[in-house]
Amino acid sequence: MIAIIAFYLFATLTIASAVAVIFARNPVHSVLWLIVAFFNGAGLMLLLGAEFIAMLLVIVYVGAVAVLFLFVVMMLDIDFAVLRTGFNKNLPFGILIALVLMAEVIIAVLGWEAGPTMSGRHVAAGPPVPNIVGIGQLLYSRYLFPFEIAGLILLVAMIGAIVLTHRRRRDTRPQKPSRQIARRPKDAVRLTQPEVGEGVKL
Amino acid sequence: MISLSHYLTVAAILFTIGVLGIFLNRRNVILMLMAIELILLAVNINLVAFSAYLGDLTGQVLAMFVLTVAAAEAAIGLAILVIFFRRRGSIAVDDVNRMHG
Repeated sequence: MIAIIAFYLFATLTIASAVAVIFARNPVHSVLWLIVAFFNGAGLMLLLGAEFIAMLLVIVYVGAVAVLFLFVVMMLDIDFAVLRTGFNKNLPFGILIALVLMAEVIIAVLGWEAGPTMSGRHVAAGPPVPNIVGIGQLLYSRYLFPFEIAGLILLVAMIGAIVLTHRRRRDTRPQKPSRQIARRPKDAVRLTQPEVGEGVKL
Repeated sequence: MISLSHYLTVAAILFTIGVLGIFLNRRNVILMLMAIELILLAVNINLVAFSAYLGDLTGQVLAMFVLTVAAAEAAIGLAILVIFFRRRGSIAVDDVNRMHG
């Protein structure tokens, strides 16, 4: 009973917050609704018994991706009102298309047992291991190579993001440490003994 | 009792909302990226639901890879967005075709 209530709660909140992401006027609110959607999606995955993926979803999406979105939305001075032109014009047609697409996807997805590959393939669960143990065993044996590739993809993404956004600003005057260190007292300091009444020639 | 079909339906609705978001916010790249994240969340729910109901952990491993690629995609997409904004002072995607050359 509690599982059914929890499922409907999480499902309703996920879908409602996803709708709010799209229709929110303020993009900051969109990001916050996105965080709500991710939390509830993680709740759905918890109900399915996938604790590891659920926690990963919270850590990666809420902790990294959503914060990145917030950072960009708040950092760039964007006029979002201009970007909403055409929103209301496209709305009826878009909703029509979306309803058709949704009906198709639901019909297709509910017929998953009709396909030849999936029908009757209810794999018997192996010896009961905790979710994380099972994923770890799979990840470091059968999926070791894809796992390494995933790490490489993240590395390339990190370097790519740095290379793309790094720039040398021309309007700042930073200090040059190498020149400061290379400067010696004999180049910079001159001791003079000026006569009384005469100045020092600079 | 909650069956696999329930989860698949939720994922399908979420996917459709993501597609609708891309369609409606055709000028706003940030919202487009968020809609893509919603679509990937729907895909992940699908993968995990099948994984749980078939008793096969492969789906969850695949969901982890989807998560990885989604994070990389968001990072690169936002980086491109930032340099695009620096060049043009707006993020209206209609102007992107002026970037060639």
